[in-house]
Order: sequence, then C-alpha cells, then structure tokens
Amino acid sequence: MTIASERQTVIVGELRDVNKWYGDHHVLTDVSVRVGRGEIVALIGRSGSGKSTVLRVFAGLSSDHTGEHVVSGSAALAFQEPRLFPWRDVRTNVVYGLTRSRLPRSEAQTRADRALADVGLADRADAWPLTLSGGQAQRVSLARALVAEPELLLLDEPFGALDALTRLSMRGLLLDLWREHGFGVLLVTHDVDEAVALADRVLVLEAGRVVHMLTIDEPRQSPGAHIDHYRAELLDKLGVQI
Amino acid sequence: MTISAELAVPLASTTPALNRRWAHRKWGLIRLVSPLVLLGVWQLGSALGLIPQDVLPAPSLIVEAGIELIENGQLADALRVSGIRVVEGLFLGGFLGVALGTAVGLSRWVEATVDPPMQMIRALPHLGLIPLVILWFGIGELPKVLLVALGVSFPLYLNTFSAIRQVDPKLFETAQVLGFSFWQRFRTIIVPSAAPQVLVGVRQSLAIAWLTLIVAEQINADKGIGFLINNARDFLRIDIIIFGLIVYALLGIGTDAIVRALERRALRYRS
Repeated sequence: MTIASERQTVIVGELRDVNKWYGDHHVLTDVSVRVGRGEIVALIGRSGSGKSTVLRVFAGLSSDHTGEHVVSGSAALAFQEPRLFPWRDVRTNVVYGLTRSRLPRSEAQTRADRALADVGLADRADAWPLTLSGGQAQRVSLARALVAEPELLLLDEPFGALDALTRLSMRGLLLDLWREHGFGVLLVTHDVDEAVALADRVLVLEAGRVVHMLTIDEPRQSPGAHIDHYRAELLDKLGVQI
Repeated sequence: MTISAELAVPLASTTPALNRRWAHRKWGLIRLVSPLVLLGVWQLGSALGLIPQDVLPAPSLIVEAGIELIENGQLADALRVSGIRVVEGLFLGGFLGVALGTAVGLSRWVEATVDPPMQMIRALPHLGLIPLVILWFGIGELPKVLLVALGVSFPLYLNTFSAIRQVDPKLFETAQVLGFSFWQRFRTIIVPSAAPQVLVGVRQSLAIAWLTLIVAEQINADKGIGFLINNARDFLRIDIIIFGLIVYALLGIGTDAIVRALERRALRYRS
C-alpha cells in the first residue's frame, strides 16, 4: 500500500451531503469533504463562498445543518486571529488546548511547554499574549490547537492576517509540525499560492457548492516544482482573469 | 567653523536633556508648592488677625484639635463605627449590585424581568429616602447601612451589567471549541474581561458610600465621625468640624487609592 492510498483510506474527518440555510439563503449545498490521515486538504473560494461555514460544521460550531458529519478521534481548530486570552500567560493559554483531556495540571503544563518548544516559543511561556508579535501569537494559537495531539487540524485562514514574510515561515512551520505529527489538515484559505504550496488536494467552493477538485502530485516546496499550471487551473476555476 | 560645530554637538545634546528634566520637575514642584503656600497664607492671615478665628481657625489649631481627638480616643472610636457602617453597606450593596448585574448581563430573561424595576428604583434619589428609612428601620445602625447599600448597589449593578455585555463573543466561541464548562467560561472569560469596568463601578460606589454615610450621620447618630462633627457644632468647635471633614476626605482618597491599586493589578497584562 502506498502512502498516497493510505491517506485516502483512513479518514479522520468527513462531511457527507451537508446542507445549511441562513433563513432563505442556501449557504451550503450538498457539500462533501473528506480528509484522510496525514492528508492536507485546502478549501479555497472567494469570500462568501461558504468555506468558513464548512469549517464551522467540522468544528462542531454549527447545529442547524443537515447531512452527515463524522470526525474520528479528536479535532482542533485555529482561527484567523490568534484568539488568546490576554489575561492569562502564554503557557496557560496553551494548557487550555487540553481542557477536554482532563490531565493533572503539572502534566498539562509539561505538554504545553513541549508544544511551545515545537513552535519555537519555549522562552515566551511566561509572557503576556499582548507582548507577542502577530506571528508569535499565531504560533501560540497553533500550539494550543496541537497540544492535545489532534488527528485533524482545522485551520481558518490561519496566516491571513500576517505579513508576507511571516506567512512564509509559518507555512514552513506548519509543514514541519505536520511531518512530525502526521495529523490531517483542512485548510480554509483564499490564497491560491498557499493552497498549492501546502495541500495534497484542493477543493474549490463556489456559492456553497464544491465545484472543482484538484490533486497536487508535485512534492511540497521542492525548488523548481512545476506548480504554475495548478495555479492557473485554480485561478481559472475561481473566475480570475490573468 | 568646523571646530566650533564639533564643539557645539556635545553641548547641544546635553543641555536639552537637562532642560527637559528640569521642565518636568519644575511643574511637579510648582504643583507641590501651591497648596503649601496657600496653607502658609492661611496660617499667616490667622496670626495677623486678618482671619477671624471663630469663623475659620488657623491650620495649627485644627491640627491641635486632631491631636486632641486622637489622644482621647474619640477619633479611633468614630472611625471604627463609621468604618463598619461603610464596609457593611459596601458588602451588602456591592454583593446585590454585582450579583444582579451579572444575572441580568448573562440572561435576557432576567434582564427583561429585573432591569425595569431596578431602573425605576434607581430613579429615586436614595438620600431622599431618609425619612422613609427612619420610619421603617428606626435610627439605629440598620438604616445607615441600608442607605449606604442602596447607594452603592446601582453603580455596581450598571457597570457589571454593561461589562458583561461587552465581553468579546469570539472568546466565547473559542471557549466552545476548547470545550470549556460554564464555570470555566465564567472564571477565564467573564470575570477577567469584566473586572476593569466593575472596578470603575467600585470607585463610583465608594464615593457614594462616603457621601451617603456623611448625610446619614448628620441626621441621627450617637457615634461615628458625623456625630463627632454634629457634637462639635453644638459646642462651636469649628476646629473639630474642619478636622472631621478632612478625615472624611482622607478616607475617600485612601479607599480610592486602594481600588486604583486593584485596577492596576487587574490590568497588568496590558503593560
């Protein structure tokens, strides 16, 4: 069994034929999304296409939808903005990622310190969140999501609010963590380059429907990879003229 | 030309710094000196007979009156009695205000049922209730404590209510994702994010508490600072009256400083 086929077969999160309305507005129409173990799936679409809603259904933040929602094991969500609790130090914020695990405090703190070391912030554990830079705060948010070792990581435009250079290093960090821990990722983004750089598969969402799926066969971030045709295909499906 | 320019550089860089530090200190010094000068003028005017002593006694006489009250133990007794009235009123009114404000802030149901009568009671001037309070509760300690409690409860009620409504809903969503219980949400989101504004309410409440106490103690009291002042009026001891007023002022400033220290602690994460 090849790695690629194993990724397709062991599913860590799935939506089947999900429909959702806001009043008369049909936000999601028959949306099916599957994320395999260790697979990175990008969900791309214009604003208002419903991509964040798909993520909210996955995260259990939506109640009034129809269809099937299966998450095997644990899922964790990181938002576009870090959403740290400013009146708790960085370590305590990461400990909150273990709320469901009900670990003893010392064990939770040890794990939080390890997760902070993973994202390169071991020395900021005692800092107040408001003293962090935007990129550092987002790394803390990532550590909080990963500290419980989820099988599925849900990311809602996690690097969207960061400057271009920080965004690139965050992508590298995400891939490092993914290689080490092997969680599946559902990445919601509007950035075509980000989707192509990170994902195994890219789903294009338009007006609440999945209108296109693209499998990316190039190795990630290899120099000189032929990714231009992927970009062109996705931009074409998004209706962008270049 | 070149040499003089080079010489000018170190001079130019030190003098402005010195000037700025002096300018900074200068204003602080003037602020400190101004009331002292006023006090001096007052004392001098009394010594020269320009200020009649049966209208406004000299500062030195007021200090002497204070020392007298401290030495014969009357001040300590009065402070204890007045202090207990304020503390009991603060705890009773504060508990009611914060509890009702929290319940109303958390639940639309409680808001719809409790807020309208609260707003109606708030419209009544609480000091105007004194005749009623005397008829209902007599002239002992209870009516004084209840009046303080009533005055204190509204600023805390209003500030707690609006503080809870202003908590960032995104934090509640985050708590839901993380799987927080209600108690965890209360402790990690509601209390810390409401604390600064509740403390603003505490400061307003303290001011009202002292004011209410002063009025309540003027009308009927057989002990406390207000009694000390009223008693002094009967004996034409203006020095004691002014000293009593200064004690009220110091109590107000002192308790406000304590709450400001609490505020700094509650907001230390913003530094």
